[in-house]
Amino acid sequence: MANNQEVLVDIKNLKQHFGRGSHKVKAVDGLNFQIYRGETFGLVGESGCGKSTTGRTIIRLYDATDGEVLFDGENVHGKKSKADLKKFNRKMQMIFQDPYASLNPRMTVSDIIAEGIDIHGLSKDKKERKERVVELLETVGLNREHANRYPHEFSGGQRQRIGIARALAVDPDFIIADEPISALDVSIQAQVVNLLKELQEEKNLTYLFIAHDLSMVKYISDRIGVMYFGKLVEVASSDDLYRNAFHPYTKSLMSAIPHPDPDYERNRKRVTYDLQEHLREMDGEEPEWREVSPGHWVSCTKKEFEAYQQQLQTQ
Amino acid sequence: MENILEVNDLKVSFNTFAGEVQAVRGVNFHVKKGETLAIVGESGSGKSVTTQSIMRLIPMPPGEIKGGEILFEGTDLVKKSDKQMEKVRGKDIAMIFQDPMTSLNPTMKIGRQIMESMIKHRKIAKTDAKKRAIELLDLVGIPKPEQRVDQYPHEFSGGMRQRAMIAVALASDPKLLIADEPTTALDVTIQAQILELLKDIQKKTNTSIIFITHDLGVVANVADRVAVMYGGKIVETGSVDEVFYNPQHPYTWGLLASMPSLDAEEGELQAIPGSPPDLTNPPKGDAFAARNSYAMKVDFEMEPPMFKVSDTHYAATWLLHEDAPKVEPPAVVRKRIEHFKEKAGER
Repeated sequence: MANNQEVLVDIKNLKQHFGRGSHKVKAVDGLNFQIYRGETFGLVGESGCGKSTTGRTIIRLYDATDGEVLFDGENVHGKKSKADLKKFNRKMQMIFQDPYASLNPRMTVSDIIAEGIDIHGLSKDKKERKERVVELLETVGLNREHANRYPHEFSGGQRQRIGIARALAVDPDFIIADEPISALDVSIQAQVVNLLKELQEEKNLTYLFIAHDLSMVKYISDRIGVMYFGKLVEVASSDDLYRNAFHPYTKSLMSAIPHPDPDYERNRKRVTYDLQEHLREMDGEEPEWREVSPGHWVSCTKKEFEAYQQQLQTQ
Repeated sequence: MENILEVNDLKVSFNTFAGEVQAVRGVNFHVKKGETLAIVGESGSGKSVTTQSIMRLIPMPPGEIKGGEILFEGTDLVKKSDKQMEKVRGKDIAMIFQDPMTSLNPTMKIGRQIMESMIKHRKIAKTDAKKRAIELLDLVGIPKPEQRVDQYPHEFSGGMRQRAMIAVALASDPKLLIADEPTTALDVTIQAQILELLKDIQKKTNTSIIFITHDLGVVANVADRVAVMYGGKIVETGSVDEVFYNPQHPYTWGLLASMPSLDAEEGELQAIPGSPPDLTNPPKGDAFAARNSYAMKVDFEMEPPMFKVSDTHYAATWLLHEDAPKVEPPAVVRKRIEHFKEKAGER
């Protein structure tokens, strides 16, 4: 939980455009949000909405087209010496979606995990390096015998644990997890999510958790941001979002989640989001970022804003 | 209702360098006319191998149907020759695959792919087949089907491709449709549309559907009956209400407990510890015993038979034996079921 409200990552008007001219794709188009120290911020949206690009731009796998990412008050983008960049890389780590593609098949587990340790010179000698690797393996629920094996000898869930150990190796403050569980089986997903939660409590980590499985996102996140076509449409605490979603797109997304409850499913009413109709309703007014209730932000027009507030009062 | 498909004691193995992998180890189930059976299980549980055996899509070798029978409208598909199977495949039984990117032919226009089975199996003239293809595209909800019929798969979005693949599968009016994780690669909103579409088509055509998935939410949505698979066997089967509201097998409990629920308040997710069994050397007793906190001594020694819970509900766990101690499902599962019932009362 975010017990204090200290901002760790501040994303300001972040833009990431690919291509140029008529082929320009505005993958991320003016994002503003903050991630507090010690919390999990969930980012959801459909494929192609720009959520992965957001994660990759924050960690500077891509250079931002415009805007800033302030990490602990310092801009991640912009001009930087190699040494400065290295400093950032230690504080920010990433866990990837595909546990098969994100581990080098020709490296041993121990070398994969220790790569960050080597680059940042975090161990004095071979012995210390080895001890650190064993410690990390045990932290993520693997054991010392695994250190000298290769990735192909592991199952998907185990590989994802190796990816987590690699991220933890440099003692980061902030981890971006880009769909870390979507390639795993249901029973294994819960294992990995529980591991991430435990680690967060132990090491006071901050997560940006990117996923399209909303029930898992709700479970792990303190706050959630919903993205649609490169923009955020709603940000709220996860309980609040599930109880009082305001934006019609968020509503449609919620109503599409299947529940493991046959009776609910038989009576399910699905809401669909029609962008064109919504644009007509907005009547040419540009939606703005407005706070409907404390901490609950929605991209809406003035009229919508008033309607949402009324909706809140009648509840 | 009559059974359109009956699978009896099906055993399928693969011969690998590491030895014989017993992927399916004696599976029994049936599908009635016009109903949807969902097969749930993790990767490696044998759910896809089972359905691919029905279609006889298992490469042999290394695969081998070791025993059992697959009765489709009374005739055994296991005994059919490859030539005879060609007349069943795509005509009486059709399949929808998980990944529409790789299962449509990128060099063929969508229309041709839909027409292919009509021309082959139904001997319909080309012009009529094209008309029918347009109708089908319309049926699966693709706008402007007259134009779309002449486009290639790369011109379709992911959801549209999945719809096109459903149109291909429906082209020959199959009696049984096998959908192998048809929505796993799709976004939730598109998933909801595809599920609605499948149910709608079933209502119109009375097709039977076998739906394979690992998403229990999807199962609750589409299924009439459910079969839960683990380690190459069916461990629990029953109507969708029986399996969700009165689950009996500890593995089913584990699956339910490891899924977060959207509206119930909850603490930690209860993950199933460990990993699935190695089927080159399947465990002696209950395959789930090693990961089962309720396991008794007998679970490690003898395989449990299917115990009857009701006329339609069976589960293979020794906990249902009359001498077994009375055990309740884990608190998370119990609480969740109560919560579901409360909500159902409110509706």
